[in-house]
Amino acid sequence: MEDVNIVICGAAGQGIKTVEKLLTRIFAKSGYFVFSTKEYMSRIRGGSNATDLRISGRPPRCPVERVDLLITLDEAALAHMQGRISDKTVVIMDGEAGRQGVHAIPLKQLAKEAGRAVYANTVAAGIVAGALGLGKQEGQDLVGTFFSKLGDEDKQGNAKAFATGWEKGEALHTGLAVQPGQAAGQLLMSGGTAVGLGALAGNVRFICSYPMSPSTAVLIFLAQHAREFGVVVEQAEDEISAVNMGLGAWFTGARAMVTTSGGGLALMTEGISLAGMTETPLVLHVAQRPGPATGLPTRTAQEDLDLVLHAGHGEFPRIILAPGNLEQAFLLTARAFWLAEKYQVPVFILTDQYLMDSFYQVPELRIGDVPLERFMIKPGENYKRYALGKGPLSPMGIPGTGEGLVCLDSDEHDTEGHISEDLDVRVQMVDKRRGKLKEIARDVLEPEVSGQGRHVVVCWGSTRPVCLEAVKRTGRDDVAVCHVSQVYPISRRLGELLEQAETVITVENNASGQFGRLMAELTGRGPDHEILRYDGLPFKADTLAGDIAEILQRSGA
Amino acid sequence: MNVYDIKGLDIAWCPGCGNFAIRKALIQALEELGIQPNELVITSGIGQAPKMPHYVRCNCFNGLHGRAVPVATAVKACNPGLTVIAEGGDGDMYGEGGNHILHCMRRNPDIVHLVHNNMVYGLTKGQASPTSMAGFATPAQPEGVIVNPLNPIALAVAMDASFVARAFAGDVEHLAGIIQQAVQHTGYALVDILQPCVSFNDVNTYKWFKEHSYLLKDHDPRDRRAAFALAVQEKMALGVIYTNERKTFGKQQAAYAGNDAPLYARELNRDKLKALINSFVL
Repeated sequence: MEDVNIVICGAAGQGIKTVEKLLTRIFAKSGYFVFSTKEYMSRIRGGSNATDLRISGRPPRCPVERVDLLITLDEAALAHMQGRISDKTVVIMDGEAGRQGVHAIPLKQLAKEAGRAVYANTVAAGIVAGALGLGKQEGQDLVGTFFSKLGDEDKQGNAKAFATGWEKGEALHTGLAVQPGQAAGQLLMSGGTAVGLGALAGNVRFICSYPMSPSTAVLIFLAQHAREFGVVVEQAEDEISAVNMGLGAWFTGARAMVTTSGGGLALMTEGISLAGMTETPLVLHVAQRPGPATGLPTRTAQEDLDLVLHAGHGEFPRIILAPGNLEQAFLLTARAFWLAEKYQVPVFILTDQYLMDSFYQVPELRIGDVPLERFMIKPGENYKRYALGKGPLSPMGIPGTGEGLVCLDSDEHDTEGHISEDLDVRVQMVDKRRGKLKEIARDVLEPEVSGQGRHVVVCWGSTRPVCLEAVKRTGRDDVAVCHVSQVYPISRRLGELLEQAETVITVENNASGQFGRLMAELTGRGPDHEILRYDGLPFKADTLAGDIAEILQRSGA
Repeated sequence: MNVYDIKGLDIAWCPGCGNFAIRKALIQALEELGIQPNELVITSGIGQAPKMPHYVRCNCFNGLHGRAVPVATAVKACNPGLTVIAEGGDGDMYGEGGNHILHCMRRNPDIVHLVHNNMVYGLTKGQASPTSMAGFATPAQPEGVIVNPLNPIALAVAMDASFVARAFAGDVEHLAGIIQQAVQHTGYALVDILQPCVSFNDVNTYKWFKEHSYLLKDHDPRDRRAAFALAVQEKMALGVIYTNERKTFGKQQAAYAGNDAPLYARELNRDKLKALINSFVL
């Protein structure tokens, strides 16, 4: 088999995360490539949460709908997963008595026999390892490393629990087997970590946010590295405070970011407008989830493109980046700080729950590709913050570092930054701010095209890997994938590419085709077909491949 | 002329406004402390009081309505070498920015918070403010204000704010002295400045404030109980009402452990970042 897809499903609080972590490490250490993603409910206990774990000798970077091995920790989980179980799925439930198509293994009982009921997660991990034919001793050693911080009794208990589970899994003779690959030495991380590392690479010095799923991982990551990297961190009383603190920080020359989701960004919009008016840089990470309002707090969506495109009253330029994988999450986040400072505009990084909570291996994160220039100056005696005459960009001075004074105003202002109701000045300043958009175009990121063909699948943000795999799965050689990682402003190249395409299909995790509309507006070419998913779940490579193939077949292409 | 004066200034305040006296007191305090304009940041929001940084030479962040305090908090946290003042009126600070003040008092950043309290909205032409007295009639509250006024001093003492003072725009010398103490205090310092509005408040006039306030004598501001008793007195005490010596927000940030450099001056340590990235190798 090329890859095996394992799903572990149970209630919140049953320790699915521990099984996932343990299995990810065991398989990764054994040379496999792993991909994991979570689907969970917005509750601390109970419900049904599922973790997908895809294991392969070649890097899988997206989920599939197919389930090869399912472990359910309670009855509700079995019911929750019913729709994804096929006659080929090996289903294991916790219990004594199995039923048609379901193997029963008494996880808790076996755990107790190994020492304590809490080892049930380790039993489950053992079952998966045994069912996939991973070496028993090898697995046991890795379990030892994983639990190395525990006391001797727990270490031995977990090792015993793993061995018991392994034997039960092996005895199932599932026939599920996959060859390991060359995964040694790779980095295993989540999207949230990649964004956090990108912020550090971008020389972030200040982060202020109000916790909101699924964006909080970035705040937590930076808080945990604040001491080592010299980052001031504050959990604000609300998003309004957070965005204003971010602007205050950048006013002093400290690179700042906020991290939030759609609802929080809605509260920040006045601050975004202030960034536009005062030409103060700011990096805003927006991890999308389904709305409107509270929506589905723990699920995924690409619904806030329209929001970030238009957030903030009045007219001012902005930049929107939407990373397609972990490498881009790192590089584009770092780049956002450079762009924000260079062009003195708000820069948005649009991710989503799916990208935030996905784990997989990447060969490297290229620090060398991060632009390092700084653009702020010591203000001299006659410094004017909004000096005209040298194009739309006037250098930002750092207060207190020179003789000059740095003044900003949310009102329309003159070149010195003081309130002005001179309407000629108004026109000059509007032109100055808007003029930056042309400058920004010099650093626009080109869309990435994979494959060649008269039909083009267009995607943006986190759907890049799933579109690549889905198109490959169709087996067609006339379909290309075009991924847009800078969604605003957009490269001219996209228009040229679309002009040559016979069929344009957009893939978006929303109900109204937001990017398709933007694309039509900016390039004149909209989608011929849209594949839209808005049930709160990410696209899966196998079902998406079916959708793409069907559309092309139906349209006779 | 002094270092804070701006040539050819066109001031938008009404003749007779208390803001002129507050400006005079602020400049006097800054001069006596020897703070240079380029070392000073005044953050403000919307209203008449927040125009102050346009009328005093300094670095100025005149941002959004109610948001001067978060901006000031961040400015000081990022560059501790700057003197930072957040300045605005009662509507801006106690109304629109009310939530920020509560949390600012908890944080205790080393900033000065000057609130021009004239118990009415000036720039929007005469509606009630959070500190308007019950019964105060305005075009928007024609039958008089029916909600209780906010008591900023009682709030600040209750929140254990580290410096709480009240002054009156009608006594420039006293006000300048209070502002000086507020700037010298390490930690969050609130100065609630009673101020008549000559255009929209004909109840709380110079005369009224004089009759309803008195200069505080023989009070130990470290005594929180006594401070609270003063805060809820009907006749308003003018002076430093409460102080404590809490640790500041900035000093407690891990980023400043063993490193005093302002954040703008810090460069990325690539080796450290490489090591962190490599810690994700399994």
